[in-house]
Amino acid sequence: MTQLLIRRELLNEIIDHCKEVYPNEACGILAGRGGIIKKIYRAVNVDDSSVTYRIEPFQVLKNLKQDGLEMIAVYHSHPHSEAYPSLIDVERASDLDSAYVSIYVIVSLMHEEPEVRAFATSDRKVREVELIVS
Amino acid sequence: MAVKVRIPTPLQRLTQGQEEVDGTPGTVIALINDLDKRFPGMGERISEAGKIRRFVNIYVNEEDIRFLNAEETVVKDGDEVSIVPAIAGGAKQ
Repeated sequence: MTQLLIRRELLNEIIDHCKEVYPNEACGILAGRGGIIKKIYRAVNVDDSSVTYRIEPFQVLKNLKQDGLEMIAVYHSHPHSEAYPSLIDVERASDLDSAYVSIYVIVSLMHEEPEVRAFATSDRKVREVELIVS
Repeated sequence: MAVKVRIPTPLQRLTQGQEEVDGTPGTVIALINDLDKRFPGMGERISEAGKIRRFVNIYVNEEDIRFLNAEETVVKDGDEVSIVPAIAGGAKQ
């Protein structure tokens, strides 16, 4: 995937979530069908931390299935750093055993204006994915 | 009727794409060890030295085994076991 298309209101839902749990990291799932994002599922950051996140996705996966949607990407916030995958992001995403998807959306809240970028991570390599907001 | 084991997307490459496989009744850890015999590599991804890894959650009939009897939770024919790895990362360098 080289592009990720998202509607403005769904992107705003993600940003609102990240602001609400600031200074902790927010996390959740972008879900849809046929590569088109239809819905944002907020998740609980089990780590309850400002520097890491962990989603235990049993319930959210059940909700997705009930809604007939599939996971397209995972989002999380970087409250105090750039919207770029950290070492821990890359390591965890490259760990095939926990990689449900390869696309990660990161929201940085370090500046006044939130910055959102998307990345494909595999094999410890990071590639930016164009985020197209409509 | 066997135990129904739901395999998460990241581990389906070990089950040749099967989302659901049969498991043997007994304790959860015995079930995981048995899965490893049929799907080599499964065991080490889920458990280490007889304990479920920190980043993996297991549910029996939708109950998290951490609130049951952990690895020693007993499963019987007809039960449904879900293996659910966590999704994790963060800003920490």
